[in-house]
Parts: sequence; C-alpha cells; structure tokens
Amino acid sequence: MRAWLDVILVFAPLSFLTVGGGQSIIADVHRQSVEVYGWVTNAQFMDLYALSRILPGPGALLVTLVGWQAAGMMGALLASAAIFIPSSVLVYGLAHLWTRFKGTRCIRAIEAGLVPVAAGMVLAASCTVLRVAEGGIWAWGVAAVSTLALMFTRLNPFVMLGLGAAVFLVVLG
Amino acid sequence: MTRTSVATPVPGDTPPPSALQIFVAFTKIGLTSFGGGLSGWMMREFVHSRRWLSEAEFLSGLALAQAFPGVNVVNLAIWVGFRLRGGVGAAAGAMGLVVPAMVLALAVVGAFAALARSDSVHLALAGVAAAAVGLSLQTGLRAARRAAHSVPALVVMVITFAAIFLLRLPLLWVVGAMAPLSVGMAYLRLRASEAS
Repeated sequence: MRAWLDVILVFAPLSFLTVGGGQSIIADVHRQSVEVYGWVTNAQFMDLYALSRILPGPGALLVTLVGWQAAGMMGALLASAAIFIPSSVLVYGLAHLWTRFKGTRCIRAIEAGLVPVAAGMVLAASCTVLRVAEGGIWAWGVAAVSTLALMFTRLNPFVMLGLGAAVFLVVLG
Repeated sequence: MTRTSVATPVPGDTPPPSALQIFVAFTKIGLTSFGGGLSGWMMREFVHSRRWLSEAEFLSGLALAQAFPGVNVVNLAIWVGFRLRGGVGAAAGAMGLVVPAMVLALAVVGAFAALARSDSVHLALAGVAAAAVGLSLQTGLRAARRAAHSVPALVVMVITFAAIFLLRLPLLWVVGAMAPLSVGMAYLRLRASEAS
C-alpha cells in the first residue's frame, strides 16, 4: 500500500514536467527510483531504459516498467495513470484556450521561454543515463556516434539501437 | 474530399470515424512505431492515408502538443481524437496509443525477468541504452541550438542542466524556478522587440 502511494506521488508531478518524447524526466525518474526509493538498482534501471527504447509506443512507458518493479502489476498501472492522466486532462482543458489566444504575445513568450528549459532538461537526462551506463568509454563512444549519425544522416533510429547492441556484444562479450 | 474542419462536417461528406475506429487507428500507430518518430507516422496515417484531417490542422495540433506539458504523442492523440469526435474521441485516441503498447511492454518485461540472468542479454541492452542516448542527445542539441540565439536563454539552459545533472536537485524545483523566469524574460524580450 505504501509503495502504491509512493508511485503516485513520484510520477504524478512528473506528468506536468514531461516535454518532448518523455526524455526530459529521465534524470528525475532515475534519481527517485534508484537513489530516493531504491525500487531498482542502476543496472536494472538501464535494462528498463533500454527496453523502453526498443519497444513500440511512447518512450514514457519506462515509467510503467519502473512502477512494475516498484509494486508489481498494480504499481505499473498506477505509475502509468500518474504519468499520463494529469497532463492529458490539462491539455484537454488548455486546447480550447490555446486556439483562442493563439499568436498572442503571452502564448509566444511561453513557447519561446520553454525551449531553453527543455534543452537543459533533455541534455541533463542524456548525461545522467551515460553516468550510470555500463561499458565505460564504449558507452560514451556509442552514444557519440549514434548522436552524430542521427543528426547528419537519415538512418532509422531503430537500426542504431541494434548496432549499439552489436558493438557491446562483440567488444565486451 | 479533404475536410478543412471536422468539427463542422460538410453535409453529405463522409461521417467522422467512430470512437472504435479512432482507437484502432491509434493502436496501430502505438504498436508499429519502432524507434520513435510517432508523430511522423501519425501524419502519414491520418492526413495522407485516411484523410481524416487536413495537413494544416494536423500541424497546428503538433505545435500545440509540443508546447504543452505531457508526452508529445499522447497530447497529439488527444488533439486529433478531439477534433474527430470530441471528448470521447480524445479518450479513444490517447488510450489506443498507450494501453496496447503498455500491455505489450509489461508482457515483454515479464518474460525478460526470466532471461535477466543471461549476461549477453544484459550486455546487449546496455549497448541499446548507450545508442538510445543518441536519440535524446540529438533532441537536446537541436533544442540547444534554438536556445543559443540569445544570452539569457543560454544562461537558463546551462543553469537548468547544472541544477539537474550536477547538483541533482528535484526536477520540480528546478523547472518551477526556471520556467517562469525564462517565460518572463521571453515576454519582456518580445515586448521590447515589438515596441521598437
């Protein structure tokens, strides 16, 4: 019961802090689930993170998987509800307001002002994952090559994930 | 046959899709979108192949979905579903996108628990995780490039990064402080540039 409540209290506020594909909150999901609550170890977290990237669907399903580790099936359901429902309700309500005030200075200031905050969040998320990643220099190397490939080629990201696995199996296996 | 506004269907036009059709269409998106890029798949499906929405309608929804808090693609599903069939459509879209993918993820993780002792599975996943950082780093760098046009925005970005990564402060505190500050500065900058 206590764990159920913890899952909701951890993820519901993060629902409002998600921007983009859900990468922005990964640093905090890691901090809370590994360091604060101890639901998963660093190695388990990295497994779940990798699985959430391979599986189809929104990347934020990482939260579902962490909830499952924290408190079984109920934890998974509560974590998913906590991460998806609050922001969805907000968006549903704001959709009306937004279309009405579209293009006003206030709206443009919100759109412009959130960009650097989002950039800082996503960069911190990337570095947090690399800090706990296994494989040391190889993890950084694969991440760097993958970043460059995705920025400058039209390679399918899914191919990149497979290549990452192949490099690790060959070099470190 | 392109429809400009689905909220007010043209008489004699095809009726808007049912909630079930919306759910099924989003389920297909949710289960086939490997490696990200869901919004690209959605545009293909709803604008080009099913013609439920015009491209302009879809793109304004996409901008909205990105500006709001919440997972982009879920926000976009709510927007598209809402335009097609009001509140019921929004719920059908969001649930179609999330629920089947969630069930699949849990099934895989359940099966994975049995494989977890295999070192090579764990190692392969570590490699996947490292490569996946590239996806998120790419997003961060693109956003950083957009933020780098002004010094205040750059400062906001660096402080946000340092507070989360180096100081490991709770995200809620960091965003609670930095977002209003950054939006306020953007507002003043817009006002100044429009006054001149």
